Amino acid sequence: MKQSPRSLRSLPPRGHVSTFGRPGGTDMARMARKDIGEIRGIIARAKRLDVIFGVAGLLALGLGLLTFATLFVDMALDGYSRLTPDFFTEFPSRRAERAGILSAWVGTTLVMLVTACVAVPLGVAAGIYLEEYAPRNWVTDIIEINIANLAGVPSIIYGLLALGLFVYEFSLGQSILTAGLTLALLILPVVIVATREAIRSIPSHIREGAYALGATKWQVVQHHILPYSMGGIMTGVIIGMARAIGETAPIITIGALTFIAFLPASPVTGTFPFLSFEWLQSPFTVMPIQIFNWTSRPDPNFHANAAAAGFVLVLMTLTMNGLAIWLRYRIRRNIKW
Amino acid sequence: MAEPKPDLDTLPLKAQASALDFYYGDFQALKKIDMPIYEKRVTALIGPSGCGKSTFLRCFNRMHDLYPGNRYVGEISLHPDNVNLLDKSVDPIEVRMRLSMVFQKPNPFPKTIFENVAYGLRVRGVNRRAILEEKVEEALRAAALWNEVKDRLQDMAFNLSGGQQQRLCIARALATEPEILLFDEPTSALDPIATASIEELITELKQRVTILIVTHNMQQAARVSDFTAYMYIGELVEFGWTDDIFIKPKNPQTEAYITGRFG
Repeated sequence: MKQSPRSLRSLPPRGHVSTFGRPGGTDMARMARKDIGEIRGIIARAKRLDVIFGVAGLLALGLGLLTFATLFVDMALDGYSRLTPDFFTEFPSRRAERAGILSAWVGTTLVMLVTACVAVPLGVAAGIYLEEYAPRNWVTDIIEINIANLAGVPSIIYGLLALGLFVYEFSLGQSILTAGLTLALLILPVVIVATREAIRSIPSHIREGAYALGATKWQVVQHHILPYSMGGIMTGVIIGMARAIGETAPIITIGALTFIAFLPASPVTGTFPFLSFEWLQSPFTVMPIQIFNWTSRPDPNFHANAAAAGFVLVLMTLTMNGLAIWLRYRIRRNIKW
Repeated sequence: MAEPKPDLDTLPLKAQASALDFYYGDFQALKKIDMPIYEKRVTALIGPSGCGKSTFLRCFNRMHDLYPGNRYVGEISLHPDNVNLLDKSVDPIEVRMRLSMVFQKPNPFPKTIFENVAYGLRVRGVNRRAILEEKVEEALRAAALWNEVKDRLQDMAFNLSGGQQQRLCIARALATEPEILLFDEPTSALDPIATASIEELITELKQRVTILIVTHNMQQAARVSDFTAYMYIGELVEFGWTDDIFIKPKNPQTEAYITGRFG
């Protein structure tokens, strides 16, 4: 309100309008003032909507965050007493206070390793093919639509597929390899979509610049497309992995055990060739299954174990998401167009 | 340009478009274009937006092959070996290795200044450090950028100013010693000072390379070119010495455009 005299003064001087010859030349000025009042009224009304949405948005955000915070804090409080170093180095046990998550976190880590090794090359290659190589025709269109649909298929369906294909058909057993492959299938659409989005954000004039110098398709992909889209791809991969790490249904479907009191064979051995892939065939359990197992016990002491394991699992997910943000920041810093 | 103009028939020809049609899908963007490109001369393509001048330019390095549904009819022959650049048996990559292009918007890669200029050479399999350094310096000197960047070759290219970026793109295009340098409105994203330096550069570059430039700016065409072609809706309306086109155009359409009554 304090500003109004100044803004009125910035209107054309009165002498200007009164040259129209009318003695009461202030008419125009008065009209201008009335119009200003009207415009301010319109702005005030429009801004009211701004405020209303601002508040509604804040509430929506607060509700979401509060729910998550409550869950997280509740879990942390319930499990706090069990979060000791021993909890990470002990196998599950019939006695709640001696039970730990060693086999679960090792299993989860190994399964995730297999998932990443399979999903990243396949997903990135498929994404690059669709963006850079695929001819634009109806076959490509159908493939694209189906990839989007695959991302929405319930995870238990992937479990059923894996049970039939990997466990029975290929006889891979109820192993880390089977679980890793299953989760890789599950996140493949996420990786493909993320790769395509990242590639599409590269402006066409950069691509044309490379082609104009005589580069082949693969040279353009290798020297430009891949390096410039790496940030987006890595982000997509990690977000996909963060989804896979909490998946329970497909893992149960392929028959992961709920009680594992041993570790898979070590990948590094003392004898030549020092690397062993025996662990791939090992039975295993993963974090969500361990949590599920403990929650279903009647003894409340086991519920504390479940809360503690849940806390660890959420931390793992958050760490992965944090890593994704950091990576994106690091890579984007060196790319500008 | 006061000296008497040589007879066109005696000028060495670098390229020749003959009965060139071009289609974006069903849309015919170029119609029966016949036009010579003379060696070590600057030829400007002018005309209102949508007249097909950029489309014509992008035929020379087969940029249209990057997108589906584009079709060439007719030919552009490149001399002295008289190869038809548009022939299906000619690999577009081979064409792009012989002709370089500078784009409308400066488009340096998000890499170092050095790697930007060296990229064309790397694509050609040159990886010896000493050779790369020599060629990069030569190209940057030719693009009048060497003195400004010689101490920061490992800086990212996007830290340069817009005019410097465009000169970097010219250096990148020159490093591979192209037979023709294609400019697609190279100054439309630049301020007047940067524009002046690019124009000066173009005038110098014609000592070593044949230049074809698309421009929106008629004064620019008049300043930098030896020949001018006026195009309108996919057709070549008039081609001739730049002086003749600007002072005594034969076609009333050209005259209307040149004098600003239209376009």
